[in-house]
Amino acid sequence: MTATATVTMARRSTFRARQAVLDAAVVGPLRQAPGRTLLAVLAIALGVALGFSVYLINRVAADEVQGASRSLFGLADLAVRAPGAGFDEALFPRVAQVPGVAVASPIVELQVRLPGRERNLQLIGIDPFRAFRLQPALAEAGRGARREGQGLLAPNSLWLSPAAAQALDLEVGEDLDVQVALDRVTFEVAGILPPGAYRQPVGLLDIGEAQWRLRRLGRLDRIDLRLEPRADRAAVRAAIEELLPPGVQVVTPGEATDDAVRLTRAYRSNLTALALVALFTGAFLVFATQSLAVARRRREIALLHAMGMTVREQLGASLLAGTIVGVLGAALGVVLGALVARAGLAAFGADLGAGYFRGPASSQLDIGASEYLVFFLLGVAAALVATYGPAREAASVPAAAALKAGDEAPIAARRHGWTAAGFFVAGMVALALPPLEGVALPGYVSIACLLLGAVLLTPSLAAWIFTRVLRPEGAAWRQIAVAQLRGTARRATVSIAAVLVSFSLMVAMAIMVFSFRMSLEAWMERILPADLYVRAGSAAPGAYLDPAAQSTIETLGGVARVHFVRFVDVVLPGHRLPLTIIARPIEETTAERILPIRRSDPRPPPADTLPVWASEAALDLRGFDVGQVIELPLGGRVVRASVRGLWRDYERPGGAIVMDRARFIELTGDRNATTAALWLQGGVEPEAVGDVLRDALQRSGDYDVAQPGVIRQKSLALFDRTFAVTYLLEAVAVLIGLFGISASTSSQVLARRGEFGMLRHLGVTRSEIGRMLAFEGAALGAIGGAAGLGVGAVISLILIFVVNRQSFHWSMDVHVPWLGLAALSAILVVAAAGTAAFSGRRAMGDDVVRAVKEDW
Amino acid sequence: MLELRHVSKSYGDRRILDGVSLTVRRGEYVAIVGESGVGKSTLLNLIAGLDVPDSGELLLEATDLARLDEEARTRVRRSRMGFVFQAFHLLPHLSVARNVALPLALNGRAGAEADRRVHELLEAVGLADRADSLPRELSGGEMQRIAVARALAHRPAVVLADEPTGNLDPDNAATIRDVLRAQIKRDDAAGILVTHSATAAASTDRVYELTRAGLTLRS
Repeated sequence: MTATATVTMARRSTFRARQAVLDAAVVGPLRQAPGRTLLAVLAIALGVALGFSVYLINRVAADEVQGASRSLFGLADLAVRAPGAGFDEALFPRVAQVPGVAVASPIVELQVRLPGRERNLQLIGIDPFRAFRLQPALAEAGRGARREGQGLLAPNSLWLSPAAAQALDLEVGEDLDVQVALDRVTFEVAGILPPGAYRQPVGLLDIGEAQWRLRRLGRLDRIDLRLEPRADRAAVRAAIEELLPPGVQVVTPGEATDDAVRLTRAYRSNLTALALVALFTGAFLVFATQSLAVARRRREIALLHAMGMTVREQLGASLLAGTIVGVLGAALGVVLGALVARAGLAAFGADLGAGYFRGPASSQLDIGASEYLVFFLLGVAAALVATYGPAREAASVPAAAALKAGDEAPIAARRHGWTAAGFFVAGMVALALPPLEGVALPGYVSIACLLLGAVLLTPSLAAWIFTRVLRPEGAAWRQIAVAQLRGTARRATVSIAAVLVSFSLMVAMAIMVFSFRMSLEAWMERILPADLYVRAGSAAPGAYLDPAAQSTIETLGGVARVHFVRFVDVVLPGHRLPLTIIARPIEETTAERILPIRRSDPRPPPADTLPVWASEAALDLRGFDVGQVIELPLGGRVVRASVRGLWRDYERPGGAIVMDRARFIELTGDRNATTAALWLQGGVEPEAVGDVLRDALQRSGDYDVAQPGVIRQKSLALFDRTFAVTYLLEAVAVLIGLFGISASTSSQVLARRGEFGMLRHLGVTRSEIGRMLAFEGAALGAIGGAAGLGVGAVISLILIFVVNRQSFHWSMDVHVPWLGLAALSAILVVAAAGTAAFSGRRAMGDDVVRAVKEDW
Repeated sequence: MLELRHVSKSYGDRRILDGVSLTVRRGEYVAIVGESGVGKSTLLNLIAGLDVPDSGELLLEATDLARLDEEARTRVRRSRMGFVFQAFHLLPHLSVARNVALPLALNGRAGAEADRRVHELLEAVGLADRADSLPRELSGGEMQRIAVARALAHRPAVVLADEPTGNLDPDNAATIRDVLRAQIKRDDAAGILVTHSATAAASTDRVYELTRAGLTLRS
């Protein structure tokens, strides 16, 4: 035999030997319980899929918002803007003449209601000759239009962006009705803009036409500016700012884009937190299955040790098994995630139907290789982290003891009291931190610390209950069950921790959602005190009740009194997000009755100040605290206002202040109203007044007439729909907790086959074994459930007072659904008992009788 | 006491036992020996009521186990039988005393009388000082002595021992043989020992050999 042949044979032999070891220590165990291996793979896959899809949808959402915002500004370097009331067009020539400005394009911009269509559309009025220089795509459209013998922006016509044409199902030549005040104004669709012009649904018309037909004569909303190539941007910006009246500001397109993205950041960050919970859940399932595999293979592992497999090799083998699960799960997860993201975007859009972003989602989802790789590695890492603990346990199985007949796994649970205390302290420190960029990250970190601390405290809790509360008394099966729980505290703590984590999340969500719903209901009771409401369209500033409509409403028969309310957005110096001004009849003496006041100032207001009441979001975002004097840009000047009280608002996350409407009209001259609240004379039916109102108004536009009960009902129905998904998630969370019990019981039954066989020999009936397992499951469920109730209650407080407040600036009162929680707890204990009995059904079969002879 | 009359058992087409008869009276201790696969375990399972014969009678104190349902057979096993296994099968999380007391607890007997009985048995097997120990703290021989004590705790009519010395060294095996025989005689039980060991079989009153042809008494 040649030397080469000898080397080749030796290599082959080494390879085969390695393959055999790999099969015995890594692949074999995975094959041994294919169901559980598959479950672990699927758990990681689902976690990665959810995380990846939420990330992709968030990315598309941010891209959409950024793209849409960017496309509005075209090639502009700066924009002068004043959301809400706009500004006098006399400002335009002054801004256009600032040295360094190359092109200035005036713009009228208005969100209008589309009567009969249940949707709004953004109309943009431009000066074509100037706008073409900032929006090259418009020039292209203009050239096309001129070839066909008409101007781009002919009278009574508008052009639609492709997104608008698609959403409204309109073609060139068709008519589009828009609503101005309570009247319909008809435009002909003159053309469809090229795709590069605007990404979102908009209608484009001539600025003169817009000012006239949209009743904005003499007003502008924006001036887009292109600067000279060598102009000093900062200097030009400063020069323009000096010209601007209060409430008007200069922004760069980048700043405007950031603002648009920031508006949805809280929503997106909450989705991301949800995705992380999914990945955590997946990792937990891997941990549970690997722990159980170690318990099941205890003697097998001991045998491998005895045959010369080192501790290091055993650790490596277990981690390799975890890596295989992670690789399979993560690979499946990224593929699934991409598919789910595509399906979600196609079906619901980038905001998953929450209504945050206007316009259709991009159907094109380009995913980079690095994105796939990051989430793939995240999945593998989650599986590895989850495997590490069980792998260490496997590596430390004492061979001699484990091979001895009658051996059992280590009994005592490891205590981690100090580490748990460390997590609790870290959680409390996180609570004291402010939100990061508007995201309640410290709140989530605090919840994670609390959960980790609680999980680490589980062994101590379990040990205390097993020794102090559960006594081995009563029927023999009960004594055995208690002894088993005491004896396998470490394994029991895995089950308890699973229930604790899942049930605490369920309890936290239940308390938070119930508190929110009750608070919302109470809030609506307070803010809707009238008998009937008329709304022209608060989301579309183009629709409003003009003075003529207001006087018609005031003089209706059966109406005792009417309050007209005006909503207008303003921007404050130093802030880019608009603040909503709510102008309505209100006085110091009536404020407590009209608004859900949280705090108020008992002192008289400072002289010469306008009394206003700030929403909690205005406090959080702008620091408008009770007693403070603030400066408000109203009617082109700065007004000193005194914050008289703080009130709860669930409608405007950007913040709002309420002021008296008479003073508002005095300051701004704006006599229009957005809604009207009608109090009726005694005995007058609201339905009848609604009919009379429609006859009396005789206006062609749309408006809503609704009773407060109907508005409340609709709002609560929307609330319930929004949170319906949380109930599903809660159910999934508890199923995962029960899986922990199921997996633990299954492995216990495998490990205790001999014991069950012996018990059957000793005359223990099948039903007694079932009762024994059910008792063990119920005990684990009850302990985990009780701990979950406590931890969940604390998490709910963090969600209510920190996460919701920081994310959405909503405060709410704590309401505990006692009955619901009691029912859920009972269901949990019964389900845990049933799960354990069902998972342990093998212990009641005939196989275990033969197991008494299966010893080594 | 215990009488098997023409008991037969098959699994599928395979005939395991064919017309086996055996009588063991109170205070008698008999051994059943035989090669692997001849049906010793099947015979033991039938006697224990864990399985039922295809034909024949299996009388324990005049009750035909073959005619009882599983629940009733389990109750009979609980109250009238004791077991010693090759692999001890002590409950790992119960103390020695609680392991011994398990059959008493299963039969609803607790309190001072039960404690006395446990102590008496632990004294008899020489492990009274290990009452509070856990099984893993004992040697193999000690664990099997506890298993013997457990088998006799509720004064069963029949004690079934399946290779009780199979996992033990010669010294411990001798101790177990002595303790088992002494306790069976002392409690006036009927003892059946299934073993491959000629030494163990020699410690009994009579030795039967189970072959394919049936159960025969060795001279």
